[in-house]
Amino acid sequence: MNKPLRRIAIFCGLLVLALLLRDNWIQYVKADSLQSDKNNRRVIIERYSQPRGNIIVDGKAITGSKKTTGTDLKYKRTWKDGPMWAPVTGYSSQVVGATQLESIDDGILTGNDDRLFFRRTIDMITGKKKQGGNVVTTLNAAAQKAAYDGLKNRGKGAVVAIEPSTGKILALASTPSYDPSVFAGNSTTDSNTFVKLDKDKDQPLLNRALRQTYPPGSTFKLVTASAALESGKYEPDQHTETPKRWIMPGTSRPLNNEGNIPCENATLRVALQWSCNTVYGKIGADLGKDAMLKEAEKFGFNKEQFVPVRSSASRFDTDMNASQTAMSSIGQYDTAATPLQMAMVASAIANDGTLMQPYMVDELQSSTLDTVQKTEPKELSRPLSKENAQKLQSMMETVVEKGTGTNAKIPGVTVGGKTGTAQHGVDNSGKPYAWFVSYAKTSSGSPVAVAVVVEDSDANRGDISGGGLAAPIAKNVMQAVLNSK
Amino acid sequence: MSSMSSSSSSATHTSTIGAIGAPSRRNTELALLVFAVVIPVFAYANVGLAIDGKLPAGLLGYGLGLGLLAGVAHVVVRRFAAYADPLLLPLATLLNGLGLVVIWRLDQSDHLQRLAKLQYGAFHPDAPKQLLYSAIGIALFVGVLMLLKDHRILQRYTYISMMGALVLLLLPLVPGLGMNVFGARIWIHVGGFSIQPGEFAKIVLAIFFAGYLMVKRDALALASRRFMGLYLPRGRDLGPIIVVWAISILILVFETDLGTSLLFFGMFVVMLYVATERTSWIVFGLLMSAVGAVGVASFETHVQSRVQAWLNPMHEYLLSRKGIGGHSEQAMQALWAFGSGGTLGTGLGQGHSDLIGFAANSDFILATYGEELGLAGLMAILVIYGLIVQRGLRTALATRDPFGKLLAGGLSGAFAIQVFVVAGGVMGLIPLTGMTMPFLAYGGSSVIANWALLAILIRISDTARRPAPAPAPTPDAEMTQVVRP
Repeated sequence: MNKPLRRIAIFCGLLVLALLLRDNWIQYVKADSLQSDKNNRRVIIERYSQPRGNIIVDGKAITGSKKTTGTDLKYKRTWKDGPMWAPVTGYSSQVVGATQLESIDDGILTGNDDRLFFRRTIDMITGKKKQGGNVVTTLNAAAQKAAYDGLKNRGKGAVVAIEPSTGKILALASTPSYDPSVFAGNSTTDSNTFVKLDKDKDQPLLNRALRQTYPPGSTFKLVTASAALESGKYEPDQHTETPKRWIMPGTSRPLNNEGNIPCENATLRVALQWSCNTVYGKIGADLGKDAMLKEAEKFGFNKEQFVPVRSSASRFDTDMNASQTAMSSIGQYDTAATPLQMAMVASAIANDGTLMQPYMVDELQSSTLDTVQKTEPKELSRPLSKENAQKLQSMMETVVEKGTGTNAKIPGVTVGGKTGTAQHGVDNSGKPYAWFVSYAKTSSGSPVAVAVVVEDSDANRGDISGGGLAAPIAKNVMQAVLNSK
Repeated sequence: MSSMSSSSSSATHTSTIGAIGAPSRRNTELALLVFAVVIPVFAYANVGLAIDGKLPAGLLGYGLGLGLLAGVAHVVVRRFAAYADPLLLPLATLLNGLGLVVIWRLDQSDHLQRLAKLQYGAFHPDAPKQLLYSAIGIALFVGVLMLLKDHRILQRYTYISMMGALVLLLLPLVPGLGMNVFGARIWIHVGGFSIQPGEFAKIVLAIFFAGYLMVKRDALALASRRFMGLYLPRGRDLGPIIVVWAISILILVFETDLGTSLLFFGMFVVMLYVATERTSWIVFGLLMSAVGAVGVASFETHVQSRVQAWLNPMHEYLLSRKGIGGHSEQAMQALWAFGSGGTLGTGLGQGHSDLIGFAANSDFILATYGEELGLAGLMAILVIYGLIVQRGLRTALATRDPFGKLLAGGLSGAFAIQVFVVAGGVMGLIPLTGMTMPFLAYGGSSVIANWALLAILIRISDTARRPAPAPAPTPDAEMTQVVRP
């Protein structure tokens, strides 16, 4: 009986061998794909197993982490002044995941980023737990607060403030906002709260500063004025040959001005001071679509921006006839801009014609505060020559000094700005959007350019004008930046 | 471990037979037992340090308990089976000890405690119960060695064994006694205890097969016709194999357990082959297994769903997540546990195999070893099982009587098949069945029955290696001695 017994022994050995091979297959060959499978709960258990790194503003953390109870996801995200900072940070929720900075720099915040590999290895050897790093932003807490407080009282809207010389984003506010803390956890309450916010008709989760495009209205005249100056055919104080009643080319429709303002044959400066549609519409039509498009794109239109959070592309149509070009040149027809875009326009003008790439992450740090990556300011384009930029600055300063933007005056500081009141909806039936874009200037250059849009208001139509609703907010934001310098 | 090296050479494989003055190897066993107790104690300390950051309170008691059990077993072997195989007891002790550690480790899981409270209203730790079962198992081991002086005595109970096995196998089908646990009817419920009679039936059935085949082997082996290179058994000799086959099919259909069915039929074919040395029986056995499995699978939805879950565990997981009844996420969770363990594992107490949920410490216990000890640790455990099987088969080879050969070969073969079926099922090599890993997994029946099985193997190995008694000097021999001058 020994021969069959030996064969049985071989057979049993083969059974064990089969198990060993299978074990190698699942624990070695397939290990990585099983480990990182999105349905494998270990992925999120690991993710929330230690306090998350923080997002820093002015040296202070605006986020935190809190130990949870009754779940295997140990730590959840908390925010200080969540609604104010939500457009900057985005959310990081155990139940719906992360967005914006929380998502883009997730690797740093969780400590899993490849750039932290060395640190992680040392921690592993010394037996320390893995720790997340910090994201240091460029934001200015005072400016952000001024922006958020100003918007909060006005309903829906957004503010973007930029440091023109570097492109650093100083304020990024959007209302109505939400508190990311309320759905940061893992419970049904968290998930229900998120669904409710997501379905809210006021769209609190929408980051209006980056992701909503509005008709820019008269603020777009800054782009048209830039194109005019760059063409070499116009000077700020040279009279434009504009009739009192200007009929758009190829149509029998006149382009109207708002109210009784001195637009006939006005100079660029006066036309900007009073926001003459006829003058800038005609300039746009005269320069032509191509020149206008080229200038708009130099300012960043028709392109998504990454700050590093993605912003929607603003739009200047690439296929228009002369009358459509005229309408577009005063920020109507289908011209659309994000608040970020208009802040970039103001910023480029204030920075003597050089547009810097806007950004809001200054530095990524490891858990021991070593710099992992530092953002260096980068030039994006030169929409204007220095001379033309300074000419346009003086025109914008006139607007604030004695035009539609007087509400933005700051004593002892040079302020340049432009108002806008954009009509929209069928037959302009929607409540107009009130715009104000501006910059402040001191002897050492311009520390801040800002764009404000107030989307909706309970005030009646007549009262909505960029100068009335948006300029005071812009003023407060600029003042906050000036005071913190 | 010189006995291992001698067994590797076929030339010396019979060296233990009747080798007068062969070493008893009891001291080898004792030395190995020290490791088999110390390793689990270290593992236990490791789990406590990983989970609570301190040595577990029960460390001393647990270490002493395991040490005491191993010590008692060793003393009894030394006294009653002095020439027994020195590897079997340490290997089983190591597995039992590691099993206890991981069962204790899973007792500490918040997730499993919550689940238990949800399901049963209260959570009771399993490790103390398993320690009790181990003690009972060792007691049975001691009892078998003390009472069973010679394994050939079991031969007398051939037909009683058959009746006993049938009763044990049919018990789970008795209304009011049998329970359906996770889709398999292989449990009975007596006075607050759940018993898996199949584990005991395995041993009793092996005794019956050994006794029966020893008597019938010549008829089965010789009275056959040759056809196409195979020896075809006579019709009437086919009777027994058809009966066993039919019983296996009945188990499969009524107890819906593929594993138990495969185990019994497989064991019978192995023993039939050893008894008759006819390869044709293997061919018949494989054919009948295939016919039975495919036949039953064609109408038995339970078997079909098991096969489906095996072929596509991810699909099964997603269905279960959607709350569709009759689906289980365990198979996929086990695969994730193995994969997440990778090569070296997370370390004891630091994995998340508790995600498997119910039966994490019984049917699925291997997944915890896979995750926390990694590929390396799990392969070691599989090799330990392989060693037990090979030592059992070695015992069968060395035994002089056919009954002992058949019994040791059958028990070892059944052990190997069980390990393959369970481990293969958990690792997704074959469809999942409702059996557990011998010695490792939580479950009284399994631990107790397998200690009894081990006792029988040790008894047979003792008989095999025991030196033949020196021929008694007779007076006649004295008188006929030739005295040379």
